[in-house]
Amino acid sequence: MMDLYELVESIVVMLIGWIDQWVPDQLAFLISPTSIHAYVVLGMAAVILVICLLNVVVMIWIERKFIARLMDRRGPTEVGFMGFLQNVADGLKLFLKEVITPQGVDRWVYVMALVLYIGSSITVLALVPMSDRFFMANVEGGLFMIFAIFTLAPFFIFIAGWSQNNKYSLIGGMRSAAQMISYEIPLMLSVIGVILMAGSLSISEIVNAQSSIWFIIPSFIGFFVFIIGVLAEVERIPFDLPEAEAELVEGWTTEYGSIRFGLIMFVAYLRGYVGCALAVFLFFGGWLGGPFSAYMPPEAWFLIKVYILFMILVWLRASAPRIRIDQLIQIGWKRLLPLAMLNIMIAVFLSAMGWI
Amino acid sequence: MAEMWVNMGPQHPMTHGLWTLKVKIDGETITDAIPEVGYLHRGIEKIMENRTFPQSIPLADRLCYGSAHSWSSLYVFTVEDLMGVVAPERAQYIRVITLEIQRIINHLLWLAAYAADLGILTMFLYPMRERELFMDLMQMISGGRLMYDYTRIGGVRNDTPDRFEEETLKQIAVLEEKLLEYEGMMDDNDMILMRTMEVGVLKPGDAIDLGVTGPNLRASGVPYDLRRHDPYLVYDKLDFAICVEKRGDCYSRYRVRMNEMRESMNIIKQALKDMPAGPIMAQKVPKTAPKGSEVFTRTADPRGDSSMHMIGNGTDKPYRVDIKSPAFINISAAPTILIGNRIADVPSIMGSIDVCIGETDR
Repeated sequence: MMDLYELVESIVVMLIGWIDQWVPDQLAFLISPTSIHAYVVLGMAAVILVICLLNVVVMIWIERKFIARLMDRRGPTEVGFMGFLQNVADGLKLFLKEVITPQGVDRWVYVMALVLYIGSSITVLALVPMSDRFFMANVEGGLFMIFAIFTLAPFFIFIAGWSQNNKYSLIGGMRSAAQMISYEIPLMLSVIGVILMAGSLSISEIVNAQSSIWFIIPSFIGFFVFIIGVLAEVERIPFDLPEAEAELVEGWTTEYGSIRFGLIMFVAYLRGYVGCALAVFLFFGGWLGGPFSAYMPPEAWFLIKVYILFMILVWLRASAPRIRIDQLIQIGWKRLLPLAMLNIMIAVFLSAMGWI
Repeated sequence: MAEMWVNMGPQHPMTHGLWTLKVKIDGETITDAIPEVGYLHRGIEKIMENRTFPQSIPLADRLCYGSAHSWSSLYVFTVEDLMGVVAPERAQYIRVITLEIQRIINHLLWLAAYAADLGILTMFLYPMRERELFMDLMQMISGGRLMYDYTRIGGVRNDTPDRFEEETLKQIAVLEEKLLEYEGMMDDNDMILMRTMEVGVLKPGDAIDLGVTGPNLRASGVPYDLRRHDPYLVYDKLDFAICVEKRGDCYSRYRVRMNEMRESMNIIKQALKDMPAGPIMAQKVPKTAPKGSEVFTRTADPRGDSSMHMIGNGTDKPYRVDIKSPAFINISAAPTILIGNRIADVPSIMGSIDVCIGETDR
């Protein structure tokens, strides 16, 4: 089966085949095999980015329609088929607004924090495959790297909140830091069970290890802890304290306007996608369709699982209020951490007995 | 972190209107709070001095967007006391019914806003949906959905329409069922309980000292209801319970309002049954108030005891009107309730005491 690299390479080689007769000798290095490799990597990055961004648009649409039905209303209906293009219209609106930088902000930090927040979140996409043939990089410690990059964001949120010269943003940023510390640890520990059972940190090997049984069955507690940790990590209700709109206006995003705010919202959903994708890799057999895998390509299986999981998160958003920061931290340390430990013990036991 | 002042308002999602709450926070804990009102002062009391008595009825509607009818009724009751007019019995029953519908509308609006303050947007839309039904009822009887302009000095503007009784009973049946749904969303939700239980406790002694009235006082365990203790209209003929909760926290205030909606529906049912036939306007309504007359009238507004003080000078205009709003008293109780709580609880607490700035600033 042709993977993404070979696909992009064949396109690049074809394009170069058309133009190489006009390329002068002095510029021949532009079509050398090394350059072609660089073009292919760039092309893959573009393909992955575009597909993931389209995917995020779909997810926002799913959220808007699904939460609207839960709330007994219809959601967007006018723009595009069933309001599908409403997100595009909203993005365009934000894009056309004036970019305002408030007085008194630490300008360098204010812009760079946003750039780094968005950049680090998009970088993760390189490591999140959609199937065993559709990926950018399949590194040995993929899971580890995803977490390393994914969990950088609260730090950027913190400095963004600090840079804005606004008390709401400052409190939002501090909450983000507190939330990060208390939820990162249970999140990591909840994954250890899966890693033990799969015996690898590589995403593709973790997925392939689930060909007989999804890890949610032996590691249900781990999934429970993981999904709560992911909710806190991507800052969705009930854990959207850093941008708690009732008391902190918009929290750390208060002073970001126009397309900057649009990008923050977009990246928030992107992080939601990555969180759901990780949960699907670790607990729901990734792109494996089990006995029905012949009916659909693996990418479709993967996306369907991600969307269903995302809908559960939307459901949670529709039925839960925001909780308080001290309660959040208490839940993190007093409930989730012991549960994650218990999950590790179960995983160790199962592995030691050779049942998994 | 050092202590700092955070301004919540006048443009802030917490405020539900136009007012400022300055809170001094130490980390996340509130150590001091100063409410500031007055941004929405429209001089309604002064305008009333320059209008004839019937002309001010629509103006009194504008005191509060949440419960317009209770304010125009209070104004009309005050003028009736001033002139010595008594409305016929049927009009009094109709007033009770519309006032209780207004109370339900107000409490549903409060519930929606409170849920949105807590961050649960689904519960913002559900009560709003049922509020529409009761606004339809008010539209049926008065023609208005938010501002009714329905009571008149000496009675009400028009009689109930034909299918009013059965429509009302139908909507009450709907709401009775939906209240269970709300309770499923709120009371069965541990996160709601975490956010409301033991948060923003107002002790009964403090509540009485500060002059807090209405559901907030009853939530603190003081069984005081003006409809029972100083009855007006025909409330003394109707059988209803005073809803009291013990703890005085946000959850108690929520429970009091939920139970009050049930009691209001109970009152409406009784009033519909007992309503006699007859005229809806008093025979003779004077145009002027006697010289030297002075009255102080109280009613049980959905937010507490609203009262109006009026002086007549023999002309067709009042010499002086004073309005005392329960929401103003409740806002002034904010520092007592807030100190010691956390900044994340400010929306939860201030939402639970049901603030309306229109009537506060007049």
